[in-house]
Amino acid sequence: MAGSTGGGETIMATRELAAHELHAHAAPQGFIRKWVFSLDHKVIGLQYYFLALTAVFVGMFLSLLMRIHLIWPNVSLPLVGEIKPETYLSLLTMHGTIMVFFVLTTAPQGGFGNYFLPIQIGAADMAFPVLNMLSFWVTFLGYIVMLSAFFVVGGAPLHGWTGYPPLSALQSAGPGEGPGADLWVISIALFCVGALMSALNFITTTLDMRARGMSMMRMPLTCWAWFITAILGLLAFGVLFSAGILLLMDRNAGTSFFVPLVVVNGQLVAHKGGSPLLWQHLFWFFGHPEVYIAILPAMGLCSQLVSVFSRKPIFGYKAMVYAMLSIGLLGFMVWGHHMFMSGMSPYSAFAFSIMTMAIGVPSAIKTFNWLGTLWGGRIRLYSPMLFAIGFVSLFVSGGISGPFLAQPVLDIPLHDTYFVTGHFHLIMGVASIFGIFAATYYWFPKMFGRMMSESLARWHFWFTFVGTYAIFMPMHYLGMAGATRRYSQFTELAYLRNLIPLQKFITYAAIVTIAGQFIFLFNLFWSMKYGKKASDNPWEATTLEWTTATPPPHDNFGGHTPVVYNGPYEYSVPGAPRDYVMQNDPATVAAH
Amino acid sequence: MGLVLLVIIWLITFISAYFFIAKTWWLPTGASAAAAGIDHHFTTTYILMGIVFVAAQVLLGLFAWKYRDRAAGSPARYSHGNNTLEIVWTVLTLILFVGLNLMSSSIWASERFRPAEPGALQVEVTGMQFAWYFRYAGPDGKFGATKPELIDPSAGGESAIGLDTTDPASKDDVVTGTMYAPVDREVEVILRAHDVIHSFFVPSMRFKQDAVPGLAIHMHFTPISTGDYEIACAELCGLGHYKMHGMLKVVSQEDFDKWLAAREAEKQ
Amino acid sequence: MASYTPTVSLDDPRTSTGGNGHIPPHHHDGDDFGSPFFDVRLRRARLGLVVGLTGIVMIFISFSSAYVVRQGLPTLDPRTDVLLHDWFPVPLPSLLLINTAVLLISSLTMEIARRQAARKAALAQLASVPGVSMHAKEGVSWLALTVVLGLSFLAGQWMAWRELAASGFYVASSPSSSFVYLLTGMHGVHLFGGVVALLTAGAASLLRRPADSQAIAVDVTGWYWHFMAFLWVYILCLLEFVH
Repeated sequence: MAGSTGGGETIMATRELAAHELHAHAAPQGFIRKWVFSLDHKVIGLQYYFLALTAVFVGMFLSLLMRIHLIWPNVSLPLVGEIKPETYLSLLTMHGTIMVFFVLTTAPQGGFGNYFLPIQIGAADMAFPVLNMLSFWVTFLGYIVMLSAFFVVGGAPLHGWTGYPPLSALQSAGPGEGPGADLWVISIALFCVGALMSALNFITTTLDMRARGMSMMRMPLTCWAWFITAILGLLAFGVLFSAGILLLMDRNAGTSFFVPLVVVNGQLVAHKGGSPLLWQHLFWFFGHPEVYIAILPAMGLCSQLVSVFSRKPIFGYKAMVYAMLSIGLLGFMVWGHHMFMSGMSPYSAFAFSIMTMAIGVPSAIKTFNWLGTLWGGRIRLYSPMLFAIGFVSLFVSGGISGPFLAQPVLDIPLHDTYFVTGHFHLIMGVASIFGIFAATYYWFPKMFGRMMSESLARWHFWFTFVGTYAIFMPMHYLGMAGATRRYSQFTELAYLRNLIPLQKFITYAAIVTIAGQFIFLFNLFWSMKYGKKASDNPWEATTLEWTTATPPPHDNFGGHTPVVYNGPYEYSVPGAPRDYVMQNDPATVAAH
Repeated sequence: MGLVLLVIIWLITFISAYFFIAKTWWLPTGASAAAAGIDHHFTTTYILMGIVFVAAQVLLGLFAWKYRDRAAGSPARYSHGNNTLEIVWTVLTLILFVGLNLMSSSIWASERFRPAEPGALQVEVTGMQFAWYFRYAGPDGKFGATKPELIDPSAGGESAIGLDTTDPASKDDVVTGTMYAPVDREVEVILRAHDVIHSFFVPSMRFKQDAVPGLAIHMHFTPISTGDYEIACAELCGLGHYKMHGMLKVVSQEDFDKWLAAREAEKQ
Repeated sequence: MASYTPTVSLDDPRTSTGGNGHIPPHHHDGDDFGSPFFDVRLRRARLGLVVGLTGIVMIFISFSSAYVVRQGLPTLDPRTDVLLHDWFPVPLPSLLLINTAVLLISSLTMEIARRQAARKAALAQLASVPGVSMHAKEGVSWLALTVVLGLSFLAGQWMAWRELAASGFYVASSPSSSFVYLLTGMHGVHLFGGVVALLTAGAASLLRRPADSQAIAVDVTGWYWHFMAFLWVYILCLLEFVH
């Protein structure tokens, strides 16, 4: 208590303390305050996680329907019936939107970031718990609005997750471009608000609530990743929000921000003078940082896991930090590489392409450092590590196709083909999902007090690792052969018909891989009840979440705030009694 | 487990690489003057990136197995990194990536920084939901006026692009649904779109450019071998995007002149 | 070669928590921003505000860039195939100048309220019973005046819109009129948010919340309010002078 701390506190502070204690209260009681409108970052983290879990199964289901339609366009499926071309495009649009926003931008940051950032930096909660709670519910509302687009007249929009006007701005441009498209824009606007609120919390918490001894350069790389991701989000989501407002106005208020005078189905529209390219610039100014928002947390976690499970410090901690900072900064300067074929000035294209090649460098550095961490280690291939290694492999594969697309001349044959689809699925979709899986297997024991089944985890890993390669690697071949994206079927052009066998292979791979995800789902829920009981630190890791009880108490550390003496990756320190030294272990490791 | 991981990673790597080397599914044979340069640079890129790809995956698999935790093994090497190594591989990567890009920039410049040659054949390419129309200016060398009010896609041809037949320059304009071009002569395409963004993509010509409403985008390419080349729309434009295709027929100059003359004659 | 020593070193100046190293047991409370110390909470709240304002700034930067781009953008007149510049600035109602004056005055009243609340908090710390608010009445009235001025500003903006419409400039009339409505509207929405925050801060005073919590609420709202005034002046200059 206050009186026993010894000298140094002023009378004023003591009085404040007393006042504070008068207002203090214990953990909330009651179902609503404890589980629904909880202010506890751990509960909110789980809420985000389970939101993302439902979203990913919705998104996967949509992609399954897409893949089936592509190779059997005329088949009538149970539950959904025949899929018309416009329906295919709606599935495609919603698949992309739901996956990018409600899975990749939700689980790694809102889910695991919320849960573990405060604990890893030694804080009792996020800086603004009420704002945190609101950010989740705003995001949840956005999700409901997004799903409702399926059920209105005309159905969900068909303009792709990128929503290029005039297609997305004109109600007459296609089925689904009516109220469904309005709901889509509103949902995204809500998501932006939730994301901005969340970013505010992450940044303030990281800057201002680190425990004593937890300097920025002693933070686990997961914390750096969440911090930089939040900065990217802070700067990018406002731009998407504005673009959404302008689009909503073009759609409903008769403005012409994006729509020039066009004729749809022989009818002149009541717009003129707008620029479709303006949307693309605004969208991609957000859109490119968004892909880094999707991948950075996974990169941070990968660094964490290769270190823990190799029993070695991360190779080049400072370089890893600088690499993530450069990726963040450069990420705002490359958006034009999505627009090489758009009618943008070729001189701008050249400038953007140089910046894009440059951003490949920090990503390469990170890969070298992950390899450097594995080298000379004592690798324990538990499930989190399998997924971390899988992540590195997928990141390399997805990253290698980047330099093709980054060069405008090579983008000419490859833009808007399956080469692009393969590229971003590997490096953003699958790699990020592997990060989410790895995080789940790694932190499950801390969150739920039990271990997930290792054997089921391994099955899941092999299904997913081999399966996703089988799905997305062939897409590069399709793309080189000229297979265009967002085609609802390949029956109309001769050269596309020739590629249908390869498309069939991809669909079969997708069916098997999707089936394999149910192993994970089963493992997740079964283990919550029947998993082997976990100790407080089953992986023998050094970061602060492993110093506290399992699951952590309401204020994370049970009444005392940790003091940090060491860096986060002190494994196999020569002379130490064990092969790991906790961050809060006072027996310090000098110079780190 | 480590061995299985190594084997699977190596298998995936070598199988993927095989299909790239064997070119089982590959870019179609180039039929334009720019194709050789683009394809050559494509090859350079994929060889260099292929080496990096294979090396990284091989090392990953190797390390996962070689440095596995064995009961009798030595403790892990305690190292926080190596600054010299960081600098070396940063610089090398930068040189590789930026170097590749600069190598391709001369091709980009020749394709896009310069306008079409004076003697190029002008073809106005108009995209609309869900067809391509091609307009030739005819003997007078001028494109007649078009008016949005006159656009009637259901009527096809001249009405589809909204040709103003009262304009004298329109009299000899030929509008077709199939694109013809003479071999070995630069074609200047003027890309327009009526309703939403489309993209004019001819894989064999290594040509792609978005057609944007509100803009008339001038671009050029030179077909160098005769034949029929499929045109695909490469920007999502609505429910008919998958069937918005066309055909480019490259023929000899005389055959082209004959074809054009025949179209002109039809107009009388 | 790393060495492993039992030396304990507590004085690390690089962390965010000051003091002599012992942090008292922490009670988890949703609105205490994680610390029992007023200066820490104030700093944290202000940091949060700066971060939040950055997000809002990006929204207005996007709108500004769209504004500039749209102005300079010639589009193809499909009837004549000629590139047209179709930007004709909207003559802004002079009422906007009056509204600006109202908003700037409200910034003054806001600042007075903010300083009052800070003084109140400082005094409360010296009082024998924490939480007693002194000079309660004065604090509320400056805040209330700011609310009244803020609402007057918004009413004035609404009247300015009516004037524009009367002159034939609606949202969709022209690209420049679209931007006038957009920028003034978005600012108005954010300012209204500020009014809500003021009312909440006022409620905190009426509900006899501790003086330091009130001070933080009023402080953060105050800086937000000043930013909104600054933003308004920026928007006015953008609309009036950037052609």
